[in-house]
Amino acid sequence: MASSIYFCLLRTVFLVCFVNPLIQGLSGDVNLVKDHRDQLGNNLTGLPIVTFDWHHVQTPFQVIIWVFVAGLAKLSVIELNHHVINVIPESGLLIMMGFILGGIVWGADKAQTFKLLPPTFFFYLLPQIILDASYFMPNKLFFSNLGSILIYAIFGTCWNAATVGLSLWGCHEAGVMGNLDIGLLQFLLFGSLIAAVDPVAVIAVFEEVHVNEVLFILVFGESLLNDGVTVVLYNVFDAFVALGGPRIDAVEISKGIFSFVVVAFGGSFLGIVFAILLSLLTRCTKHIQIIEAGFIFVVGYLAYLTADMLSLSAILSVTFCGICCQKYVNANMDEKSVTTVRHAMKVLANGSETMIFVFLGVTAIDTEIWVWNTGFILLTLLFIFIYRIIGVFLLTLMLNKFRLVPIEFIDQVVMSYGGLRGAVAYGLAAMLDQDKIPEKNPILSTTLIVVYFTVILQGITMKPLVQWLKVKRAAHSDLKLIEKVNNRAFDHILAAVEDICGRIGDNWWTRGWNRFEENYISWLLMKPKARKNRDYLFSIFHKLNLEDAVNYVSEGERQGSLAFIRSDEAANVDFKKQFDSEFTDVMPDIMVDVSNYELGIEKFSVTSIIKDTIPSVSLDIHGQDRKNAMDDINANHLLQQHLYRSRKNHRHKYSRSDFGINQSENEVQEIFQRTMRSRLESFKTAKMGVSPAKKITKHHKKELTHKMANGHPEGTGHLYGDEENPVVFPDMDTSTHNSLPWLMETDAVAPSQRAQWHLPWTPNRLRRLAPMRISTYSTDSFLMADLEEHEEKPQTDHE
Amino acid sequence: MGLEQNYVSLEQISLLHNRFKQLSQNEETLRRDDLKTIQDLESNPIRSQIIEAFFDSRNFQKDGVGSVEEIGFEEFLTVMSYFRAPPQHITEEQREKIRRSKLRFLFNMHDTDNDGTITLEEYRHVVEELLSRSGALGRETAKGIADAAMLEVASISVGPMAPDDFYEGITFEHFLKILNGVEIETNMHIRFLNMDATVLCK
Repeated sequence: MASSIYFCLLRTVFLVCFVNPLIQGLSGDVNLVKDHRDQLGNNLTGLPIVTFDWHHVQTPFQVIIWVFVAGLAKLSVIELNHHVINVIPESGLLIMMGFILGGIVWGADKAQTFKLLPPTFFFYLLPQIILDASYFMPNKLFFSNLGSILIYAIFGTCWNAATVGLSLWGCHEAGVMGNLDIGLLQFLLFGSLIAAVDPVAVIAVFEEVHVNEVLFILVFGESLLNDGVTVVLYNVFDAFVALGGPRIDAVEISKGIFSFVVVAFGGSFLGIVFAILLSLLTRCTKHIQIIEAGFIFVVGYLAYLTADMLSLSAILSVTFCGICCQKYVNANMDEKSVTTVRHAMKVLANGSETMIFVFLGVTAIDTEIWVWNTGFILLTLLFIFIYRIIGVFLLTLMLNKFRLVPIEFIDQVVMSYGGLRGAVAYGLAAMLDQDKIPEKNPILSTTLIVVYFTVILQGITMKPLVQWLKVKRAAHSDLKLIEKVNNRAFDHILAAVEDICGRIGDNWWTRGWNRFEENYISWLLMKPKARKNRDYLFSIFHKLNLEDAVNYVSEGERQGSLAFIRSDEAANVDFKKQFDSEFTDVMPDIMVDVSNYELGIEKFSVTSIIKDTIPSVSLDIHGQDRKNAMDDINANHLLQQHLYRSRKNHRHKYSRSDFGINQSENEVQEIFQRTMRSRLESFKTAKMGVSPAKKITKHHKKELTHKMANGHPEGTGHLYGDEENPVVFPDMDTSTHNSLPWLMETDAVAPSQRAQWHLPWTPNRLRRLAPMRISTYSTDSFLMADLEEHEEKPQTDHE
Repeated sequence: MGLEQNYVSLEQISLLHNRFKQLSQNEETLRRDDLKTIQDLESNPIRSQIIEAFFDSRNFQKDGVGSVEEIGFEEFLTVMSYFRAPPQHITEEQREKIRRSKLRFLFNMHDTDNDGTITLEEYRHVVEELLSRSGALGRETAKGIADAAMLEVASISVGPMAPDDFYEGITFEHFLKILNGVEIETNMHIRFLNMDATVLCK
């Protein structure tokens, strides 16, 4: 409480004291301080040690001050939000903060000197948001739903524009709106700019409301792709308004339709061209890794501007640039660059979004633009709402006949309610030409009101609505445990059979495309090294290894030191003794029975690992845990929390504020890892007794035996553990030997520390801990493994 | 073929046939490994049970026992047809029959040793597979949950038990009773197979 108040006070003080005089200085007597240097030149009596020169830095200073203020606004909004308990979405709060700021500026200046000018918005604030959205777009989901998305974007937007425009015109003719000088064409123009669902607003609100991924991608994809339609409609009607009614005939109309094709496909095509350019670039930037991250932003922005220059759809261009390049860019660039890009994208996108909303608020405090026409405003709100609902339901009815997984009723409700308008509509309205459209101000006012209404009010009510609907559906009776388990099993079964049947995306076309892409496109756009190692399984395995290493180290640190217990038979770490009882629920006793494995090991050490996910080790949890489990309520609760989610229930992957692995990926990895272990377990039992000299070559993917990064024989230690990737525990006589002891018979050794039960068997074999990253290319470890296999003889580990 | 209750249309059959050919790589029979290549299936926790279900003789023949190594298209289709939606206008009796056959399929999935009951062990196995162990959940907890679930079932079907009573397992009848509330016949279907059909396969 105190800190948020502190922040608010700080900001207001700052604004009032600092910004105010600047503004006054700006708008005040400009003439007085005409040219500082000039004055200096004239009246120089002595050496001025320090001078105050506002005009010298005026423009960049103002820009930076506003960015800073917007950042502070976001900070105080977040602080406030804890208390407002997530009722008002962040975007709404930012707008309100903008109102306050606008009020301050207006109070100081009696005129709104800081407005969100369309060029600023369209050139400096919007591109990075779209780039961010497309760069993180879940491609598979997007393309498998592309048909539905296109239907909603094209037909939905056209429907909205036409109906809203015509209805408003009808009402105008009926005299409800008073004396507005707006003709049919202008109403249609207005309809087209107000019809489009806004990506910025959609992301902002859906962040807070967790919906399933299909629903999210439908609304989000629609909001991105409908720009193609919006741009066309806007330009067409703008031109028609300029031409005037009489000159419009069939030729012009057909030109309009044709322009849609050109603009939309041209924009997308341009985006793809830039994506190819970008991928090729990153393919060659091995030696300038420091700045290769910058290319993404530069080329993305270029794509935007080029499309705008050619009057094609700029948003579509950036969208497709991001979507198409993500795979290749991520594969080609160094891991550090990838991380840099992701962080920087999020910073820019978040920052821009904040600024947009704050400015939307600031712009409102301006007496010049407000022309309040009650009829116009209310009717607009009503119509966009109703026609959105009708449009969504009609289209969904049609689509469900063709979709494999139908869109449910609750999803349709959320979709229609989630059709938010935002800054794009405002930008387009502000760009209207006052001469051609005399009633620009009522239009602008209405647009602003619509934006505020949808973002703030619909944002606030979205969450409760969703919860009410969901709760209503599921509130039958308290499900028994077995029913819950069965329901979940059921979901998984259905998902599995769907997969076996082959979902709609898995037909000849997608397979053909995948083959084409693998063979030709990747050859062109990806680095050869990256190409070899883009195996999906390897990448997951690699991620697991990295996670392991991180956990291993942090665990070791937590315990103070790596607790090594040397014993010949078994290692027993009793956590209850080491820590307080608060930890005992979490950490089980771990008993490692080493005698199971015939190793002929002289000595080995065992480190204590918290995670209990290894089926190869017998675990024994305290009775405390067991007692809890028997308690019915707890069992239900546990069940609720820990059941694996099926496809339907996963949260969408795109998020404005974080790009970490989301839960579904975690679960997928975990499931994957479990099954891998059980397979390797069976592999082990199958191979037991086979001579240790057997070399594991790269197994067919089907058998899922992973080729692990090779442990190296003595003497070639220098191959691994580059200077760049120092070994984690160089003084330990340990090795990465493995988490999978049954692989000891082979050469290939997994450097995973998931369970460091068995470490090295011979002390003179200095196996380092981390050849997971033996070079700066994350994929190189596997490549090296490739090399190793052919070079070395089948050295065994059993002597 | 014994598929009186489950109808699949010619169109669906040809689609499934294409899929079968693709999965089995143009061979005549499908093996477990072929199903394991489906990448999407990797992220499914009870994948192995489902794959087993395809190779389980009980699901194709009236009195089949054990499991087979490979299946032909007929068997594939038979299993798929369990996921067919029931046609619109059927009598109550037919609906009940369809329901039973689908529930039988589910029951067989759990009852791996085919002794007619789902024992505690078998059920535990299922629960464990379904539970994510990412949190603090250990194997013991999963066992505990399974135990609690079994107790619930026991108390519903058999009535309250004395502490020494031994509950052999969930029989098919009990299973039916428990899942009484769930509309299996309509829920358990893949939309893909949901087109109107009256034609028997082959």
